[in-house]
Amino acid sequence: MIDFSFTVLIPLIPIFVFLFVGLVGHKMKPMVSGIIGTLGLATSAILSYFTAYMYFFRVGKVNDVYQSFVGNGPIAKTVNITWLQLTDKLHIDMGVLLDPISVMMLIVITTISLMVHIYSLGYMKGEKGFARFYAFLSLFSFSMLGLVLATNIFQMYIFWELVGVSSFLLIGFYYEKPSAVAASKKAFIVTRFADLGFLIGILILSFNTGTFDFKSLTDIHGTAITSGAGASFLGLSVMTWSLIFVFMGGAGKSAMFPLHIWLPDAMEGPTPVSALIHAATMVVAGVYLVARLFPVYALSAPDGLTVVAYVGSFSSLFAAVIACTQLDIKRVLAYSTMSQIGYMMVGLGVSKYGGEAGLGYMASMFHLFTHAMFKALLFLGAGAIIHAVHSNVMNEMGGLRKYLPITHVTFLIACLTIAGIPFLSAFFSKDEILSAAYHHNRLIFVVQLFVAGLTAFYMFRLYFRVFWNKEPHYHHTPHEAPITMTIPLIFLAIASIFAGYIKFSHFVSSDSIPFESEIEWMNVAIPSIIVGLIGIGVAFVMYKKESNLPDKMASGLKLLYVGAFNKFYFDEIYLFVTKKIIFNYISRPVAWFDRHIVDGFMNAIAAVTNYVSLKIKGFQSGQVQQYAFVFVSGAILLSVVFIYLFSK
Amino acid sequence: MNTGIPLEYFLITATLMFFVGVYGFMTRKNMITILMSVELMLNAVNINFLSFNRYLFPGQLEGHFFALFIIAVAAAEAAVAIAIIINIYRHFQSIDVEKADEMKY
Amino acid sequence: MDILSLLVVIPIITVLGIMFVKDPKHVRIVSAIGMGLQLLLAGYLVYAYLSARNAGDTSEMLFMADHVWYAALNIHYTVGVDGVSVAMIALTGVVVFAGIFASWQVDFLPKEFFISLILLASGVFGFFISLDLFTMFLFYEVAVIPMYLLIGIWGSGPKEYAAMKLTLMLMGGSALLLVGLLGIYTNSAPNGGPLTFNILEIAKVHIPIEAQRMFFPMTFVGFGILGALFPFHTWSPDGHASAPTAVSMLHAGVLMKLGGYGAFRVAIFLLPEAAHELSWIFIILTSISVVYGAFGAIVQKDLKYINAYSSVSHCGLVLFAVLMMNKTAMDGAILQMISHGLMTALFFALIGMIYGRTHTRMINEMGGLMKIMPFLGVAYVIAGLASLGLPGLSGFVAEMTIFFGAFQHVDTFHRVVTLVAVSSIVITAVYILRVVGALLFGPIKNEHFLHLDDAKWFERLSTVTLIIAIAAIGLAPFWLSTMIGDSLQPIIDKLSMVIPG
Repeated sequence: MIDFSFTVLIPLIPIFVFLFVGLVGHKMKPMVSGIIGTLGLATSAILSYFTAYMYFFRVGKVNDVYQSFVGNGPIAKTVNITWLQLTDKLHIDMGVLLDPISVMMLIVITTISLMVHIYSLGYMKGEKGFARFYAFLSLFSFSMLGLVLATNIFQMYIFWELVGVSSFLLIGFYYEKPSAVAASKKAFIVTRFADLGFLIGILILSFNTGTFDFKSLTDIHGTAITSGAGASFLGLSVMTWSLIFVFMGGAGKSAMFPLHIWLPDAMEGPTPVSALIHAATMVVAGVYLVARLFPVYALSAPDGLTVVAYVGSFSSLFAAVIACTQLDIKRVLAYSTMSQIGYMMVGLGVSKYGGEAGLGYMASMFHLFTHAMFKALLFLGAGAIIHAVHSNVMNEMGGLRKYLPITHVTFLIACLTIAGIPFLSAFFSKDEILSAAYHHNRLIFVVQLFVAGLTAFYMFRLYFRVFWNKEPHYHHTPHEAPITMTIPLIFLAIASIFAGYIKFSHFVSSDSIPFESEIEWMNVAIPSIIVGLIGIGVAFVMYKKESNLPDKMASGLKLLYVGAFNKFYFDEIYLFVTKKIIFNYISRPVAWFDRHIVDGFMNAIAAVTNYVSLKIKGFQSGQVQQYAFVFVSGAILLSVVFIYLFSK
Repeated sequence: MNTGIPLEYFLITATLMFFVGVYGFMTRKNMITILMSVELMLNAVNINFLSFNRYLFPGQLEGHFFALFIIAVAAAEAAVAIAIIINIYRHFQSIDVEKADEMKY
Repeated sequence: MDILSLLVVIPIITVLGIMFVKDPKHVRIVSAIGMGLQLLLAGYLVYAYLSARNAGDTSEMLFMADHVWYAALNIHYTVGVDGVSVAMIALTGVVVFAGIFASWQVDFLPKEFFISLILLASGVFGFFISLDLFTMFLFYEVAVIPMYLLIGIWGSGPKEYAAMKLTLMLMGGSALLLVGLLGIYTNSAPNGGPLTFNILEIAKVHIPIEAQRMFFPMTFVGFGILGALFPFHTWSPDGHASAPTAVSMLHAGVLMKLGGYGAFRVAIFLLPEAAHELSWIFIILTSISVVYGAFGAIVQKDLKYINAYSSVSHCGLVLFAVLMMNKTAMDGAILQMISHGLMTALFFALIGMIYGRTHTRMINEMGGLMKIMPFLGVAYVIAGLASLGLPGLSGFVAEMTIFFGAFQHVDTFHRVVTLVAVSSIVITAVYILRVVGALLFGPIKNEHFLHLDDAKWFERLSTVTLIIAIAAIGLAPFWLSTMIGDSLQPIIDKLSMVIPG
């Protein structure tokens, strides 16, 4: 038996760092906090790599099937304690679950997080609240690691909320900037709304299955799956409904349409944060959630998966169109993230359970992995650019290839990767998603192919406008980033190139049984390469040199362009709903009702009492003779009454 | 025994006296007159006591004692009342009963 | 002297001690020492309780003591505690202790202030330990009356109005309650024998259903008024807004809990059938409270009003859970009382401290305070996060227990109201973030605030005590939840005996 109890340290080290830096960080030199944070995460990363090695190559496989380790098992032991007993059956545990995808996520999170920690040593240097930044980064790392290691859906929900709040704190890092505060608020509330769905989903799911544990939920012979059909409501089974609600939570965190609006605004946070949270790790939590529950989705709620596929597909198209028009480089990347997560959702949505049919599942996880690398690279590259020119807006950039050679090369690699150029990592992962779609849903396949072209276009639009095109007047010459920033860039560039050569299907599959996957050149790969090249070509023609082509295009497709430029007015719709409807048409009337009707009623009781006593007090006039008059009248009246009564 | 004036005569006189007192009590503004009205009422009651005693229970003396008692109390009361009136006069510069109306709401 | 009566005696001795002290500085030191002892005693009580339970003591109430008080009506002074009361006593100990330090700077009639405050505390402690309805009611009144003085004399704004309104509404509740309690008393021996006020003995008999139907609404509403049951909650915003800091803390933190505790210990426990029959009315009212309070809080501008409405929402959840009448939900109700008590006390303490510096409570007149007073800012954010149910802080544990408990009912009605209550987590997030954003973040609006100082030592002590308690429950809820859950078993047994299904 292997003791995996040490894995609990992977999330715990960052939380201790958080507490330490958070409590005493302001008393130390800022750089010390940064180094403590980085060292803490490096330790976590080393432990994660060791875990991955042990899991994948030593003990994970039994009879060619990857096992999932929770608590005290026959093969391995991990930590799992009862945290809260809810009912006789339901109890919330806190523990560590090791299976292929959680171990894969450990690698992704600790790698990217470590890179971001190192990068921020340079990027955030001299910022106020440097220690606070590292404390929050550690808090986030803790929450995210806890999320992926969750043994049960409720533990996941707990950490889900914690990543939400870490994201809130980090987006609002520059808390003196009203736009950052608004963005953090928006991110938190929108995801909170989605989490409401998640919670309702958990309520229904746990009530019907009597368990929170992933292991019993996803057991294909367990009650959750075998008795899944159950009663139906509006044509879908209760199980399907609960999983759709759960997916709502995932869609909120992963910025799927229509809960995506917080993601672009979240770019108000410091750029390393965008790279870590809003590109590589937290936003894929929704994908991870669906993947985690995949057997339940696939076997007992296939309709739920269809929803996932269409939401993912639409989001990826929607975001790609908007990304083509944005001017803020971080927003372009944000929409790109949304689009790529759409791909992952599509991968899961079109997948079936088991073997070759589970290609989509594997591809989705694969894409999650490669995307983390190249998108983190893009964001960190964007950070280097912003660091150099002190602006986010493309119009103030151009010709930067001369000034930022390392950034330029690494950024180009990332752009080529995301565009799906052969033999770079995303080529493999994206094509596997496409071929999964090709086999299971042609409509989605066509859409995703088109989105692949759009992706190549908007990424190279960004690339050419920033690194080529006309050079604006710079106030001071842009300079290459310091070494702490370029090392992560180079590392991630290498990862982006070579991550695709991992035989992912040997490690991750829907039923944990490794299988072989091949690239389908004729049907999928070649069309996607062609589409990608067309996209790059169009961008080359339009943006390599300054030209009026883009304006012509924009006026040609005026309606679409204006719509996309304004993000199809979704922010306005949300603003309308929140400001107008909730604030003005619900809360104000409620407050008015409370003050004037409910409280008015109470005050009215008081007023009536007051009025009556005012009237009565006139009797107490102070005029003795008046009292005597009343007294005598009363006495006479009483005598008359008594005489009348008793004289008979 | 029952010679001369019948009981009703005394009672009617007493009633008249009593209601004269009541009337005076309620209409006069001067506290001294009000006090006099009170005395009238007391004496009306005295007459009742005495006449009932004399006519209904001639062998007993409780009525007489009560009347004497009332006279004594009335004397004390008059003393106290006049003392109060003097104080009121000092306070309000008047013994008009309507002026002394501070004990109200 | 038994350990429980000591809980009432210590405050009274403290009050006597204060009377003999002259210097106002010594007044607060005496109070702090007294309430510190009280906190230690409460802590010791938790320890003693748990070790007695571990030693295998399974009786329903521990540390019982009984003295005849007025034999003719069979009124006793009976005390005893189970896990629920122990938890509430610990909560009160913490909040009162923090309250003393939050009112360290009261300079107008400090002696009288601390006397009233501690008298109030003794009433609360007495309420939680008593097992005799009459004694319970007596302590209830002892706790409510000083509130009038505390708000009317040391309050701010329209304090007379607020004090009067609060006292009158609570007295109205008391009147209903007294009738309800007497009703229970007169029906406490349906098979003949002496009438009794003793809760444990009444629980053993079966009160006729007609009597239950009549007295359940009275008792429940009577306690409910103190627990801010919609539509009898309007004393709360005005009362809190006018009350001085420590009084708001004690009131929202502890006094409102008397309502929830009483509703569960008396109304549900002694009148279970009527409770089962009529619960739907009150479930509707409380689920309205939950959402309504939250929506009401969104548009308020005064920090204290926001918190008062938030309390309506959170306390609504307490009563809501109590009415769900199963073990998980009731466990959640008690946890929510404790959690809300700590968190709202923290809120009011912080509001008091901020107000003491900025002299305004209007959020639109403030901004960027995080930069000026980081300690208070961070504490406020923690309180806010606890309020919106962040895991790792107490609010989350309580809310989740309630939701999962309530969802155990299989009928549509209970499910729908549960979902309504669940939706409050979003609305709560909206108003909390609105306040935090407007108050602490953004640019500094008022130049005069720039030179304000951060929290002083006694303020830090008060804040940190509460934060530690909140985090402790949030991080390790298991023991508390189990301690409460085990003590709920007799109530659950009784309920399952009389309620079909």
